[in-house]
Amino acid sequence: MSAVLVGLPKRLVTVEVDGQSVRVPEGQTLLEALRGQGVATPTLCYLENLAPVNACRVCVVEVAGQRTLAPACSRPVEEGMVVATDSPRVRHSRKMVLELLASSVDLSLADDEIKGWMATYGVAPERYGPPAPPAAAGERDRRRAGHHEPPDGSVAATVAQPVKIQDDLYVRDYSKCILCYKCVEACGEDAQNTFAIAVAGRGFDARIATEFDVELPDSACVYCGNCVGVCPTGALMPKSEWDLRQSGQWRPDDQQVTETICSFCGVGCPLELTVQDNRIVRVDSPLDHDITRGHLCVKGRFGFEHVQH
Amino acid sequence: MFGAGGGTTSYEEVEQTDLVILWGSNARETHPIFFHHVLQAIHRGARLHVVDPRRTSSAAWADSWLGLEVGSDIALANAVGREILAQGLHNRTFIERATTGFEEYAAAVEPYTLKEAERQTGVPAEQIAELAHTYATADRAVLCWTLGITEHHNAVDNVRALINLALLTGHVGRFGSGLSPLRGQNNVQGGGDMGAIPNKLPGFVDVTDDVERARFETAYGTALPPERGWHLSQMFDAMEQGALRTLYVLGENPADSEADAGHARALLSGLDHLVVQDIFLTRTAELADVVLPAAADWCESEGTVTNSERRVQRLRKALDPPGQARPDLEILADVAARLGHDWRPVTAEGVWDELRSLSRMHGGMSYARLDEHRGLRWPCPDEDHPGTQFLHARLWEQPRQGPPAAFAAVEFVPPLDVVDEDYPLRLTTGRRLDSYNTGVQSGGFASPMRKRRESLLLAPEDGRRLDLADGEVVRVVSRRGHIDAPVAFDRALRPGLAFATLHTASELDTNVLTNDAWDPKSGTAEFKATAIRVEKRGAEQPGRDPLAEPTGGAFGPAPA
Repeated sequence: MSAVLVGLPKRLVTVEVDGQSVRVPEGQTLLEALRGQGVATPTLCYLENLAPVNACRVCVVEVAGQRTLAPACSRPVEEGMVVATDSPRVRHSRKMVLELLASSVDLSLADDEIKGWMATYGVAPERYGPPAPPAAAGERDRRRAGHHEPPDGSVAATVAQPVKIQDDLYVRDYSKCILCYKCVEACGEDAQNTFAIAVAGRGFDARIATEFDVELPDSACVYCGNCVGVCPTGALMPKSEWDLRQSGQWRPDDQQVTETICSFCGVGCPLELTVQDNRIVRVDSPLDHDITRGHLCVKGRFGFEHVQH
Repeated sequence: MFGAGGGTTSYEEVEQTDLVILWGSNARETHPIFFHHVLQAIHRGARLHVVDPRRTSSAAWADSWLGLEVGSDIALANAVGREILAQGLHNRTFIERATTGFEEYAAAVEPYTLKEAERQTGVPAEQIAELAHTYATADRAVLCWTLGITEHHNAVDNVRALINLALLTGHVGRFGSGLSPLRGQNNVQGGGDMGAIPNKLPGFVDVTDDVERARFETAYGTALPPERGWHLSQMFDAMEQGALRTLYVLGENPADSEADAGHARALLSGLDHLVVQDIFLTRTAELADVVLPAAADWCESEGTVTNSERRVQRLRKALDPPGQARPDLEILADVAARLGHDWRPVTAEGVWDELRSLSRMHGGMSYARLDEHRGLRWPCPDEDHPGTQFLHARLWEQPRQGPPAAFAAVEFVPPLDVVDEDYPLRLTTGRRLDSYNTGVQSGGFASPMRKRRESLLLAPEDGRRLDLADGEVVRVVSRRGHIDAPVAFDRALRPGLAFATLHTASELDTNVLTNDAWDPKSGTAEFKATAIRVEKRGAEQPGRDPLAEPTGGAFGPAPA
């Protein structure tokens, strides 16, 4: 019989973090090592169940002897590495990432941790001027590379635009999109492999788009909602949650989360049901569960209407 | 299989294997999160072979799609086995140490040459040979199947034909090599494990085993019938003969889900007394004398379910049920009390603890441990046991532990509902990604993928041949009955093959057509193979050239 491959035993390497010498397993990323040491590190585009895409640069750290700052989420630890996580360069860079995002994107629904980091670094997006007026519906989706005038600096450029509601399951509010690529990865090779969405355009015109910008119901989308499940800023939201927020009835303090098992096939996917007033208002799956890794299908994530009374 | 009715392998192993075969399974749509694990294997370099009459969305990911004739699975499997033997690729050591019946098997598959199998299955000989070589030479391989194998008149033989291949190559009982029947509902596996089948007590104890049965009789404090009961198909036969006059149906909608539904509805209507316990007033409940409103098991009750990798997981109550609806367990306890056996108060955990005191393979699965380990895979005999990732490692031990695994010589017998001049099309059935069974649970949410009325799907070539337009309502006739339904065209179908779901009986009453002939070994009806003809409705169009291009948008995009 063939042996079970469990991999070679992990060697430990010595890394200096903020002046402290620590031993961490070879092959870990700096982010894993830092979290293992209890060193808090901001992330936006990183998620445990997705491959790192290095898009947001908010997790950067300073590695001695290296010209550029390193993204902690994807840089593996090396023997003898000397890492600074709170140097002036790191603080400045993280502040700029958050400030530029906050000046152009609506971060009102980003999680409290991100808001905490913005306070820590003294992020002041208002210094870029008042936000520019929102784009008309579909305008940002039609922009072509190279057709731009330099801005006059009187207002802060933004990605503000009308909300897209094209079906009864998803709401896509791209005024809140930081282009972290999580939705693209979840729709692509990391989970669903449907490839219904990708980043189109360049520079400040970059946006999440379906093929040929068709409306979502006409696209390749199969409504698994795995993009919704990974969105860190509330740009993608189940319509059930959106409707409650719009009517002022979304009350996290009155919600309970219960873990159960989906009823729609024999795979046995764990579901986290968020319930408010005896109604399911949102369905997720635990990111660290080995059956789903946080990902579901359309029935598991949205097929609860039959128990709403 | 080999004494334990469950898949031998785990989802993690599917990710780590070198070859996945989906045989009669469209997992991309029917088990989407299982297919995520298959996709991870593909990205690691594993091969995928899909055996299915339809070129499904699963087949779109395959290295090779074997589009066999409906119901010719045994011919294909036997030819794969014969080719493995002919090339000397079988695992002689494993066969000798761990199996019985090899000589009879080898003799039985001898007539199934590649050429003969190509004739019987419609799959090119080279593709059959390729599957045989790939499977036999893979380091690890997982063979999965679903209802495309089991909803046939010879369901058990179909499964045995696949198990034979695993025994021939030693692809069972090792990490990354196994057999995996993908279960269609969240507790098909658990229902069987709990003894909710007519021949078993919990933990696969045969009801005819006097010694084992005595353990249950002692614990329950009552004598248990020592003979096997009726399965679903036998119950309908008994209704027909008048031997079964009262029926208590829990969470099942046979008026829509039974094959030859017109006949099934007549039998249900003719009962002396019908009790239906369900979360909705289903078509079956509408026929009932008494309806007991039940709570939804997955979110309004407590309990456990067991998945396709034998993992027992907890269901937890998140919602209060509506109105008078109550958990199944409470209703059953009240019924028992009226019958003179007061078990109350009952709790799901109490019932579970009794179960695991009797079913050895569940012994170590306390609620606390199920929580701690996020479910445990049976067998898990005691509270120090970690559960079992894959079954039958014993077959590889030297010397082998336990009884050997038996080959089964099985012969190809075509579907009973014969395709002929009067019924020239083969109808098969299945599920769609966003829907589930008779639609009782999935019909309520607004899936953006449901863009048109449920239709009979035909190959575009058949649509052209029959002069049908997209969306045209036709009469679909089988030997059991007829329905009127719109047609749509699907390039996943070859000429001669039609497809229908049973999700929305009010739009497409598929089971009026299907054949209720059932496998004498499993009791499963032959849903997957119906002979039909399609008749144009309304006035004939005399003088129209049947070879002319169809009018209207016969092959255009589906109307929104």
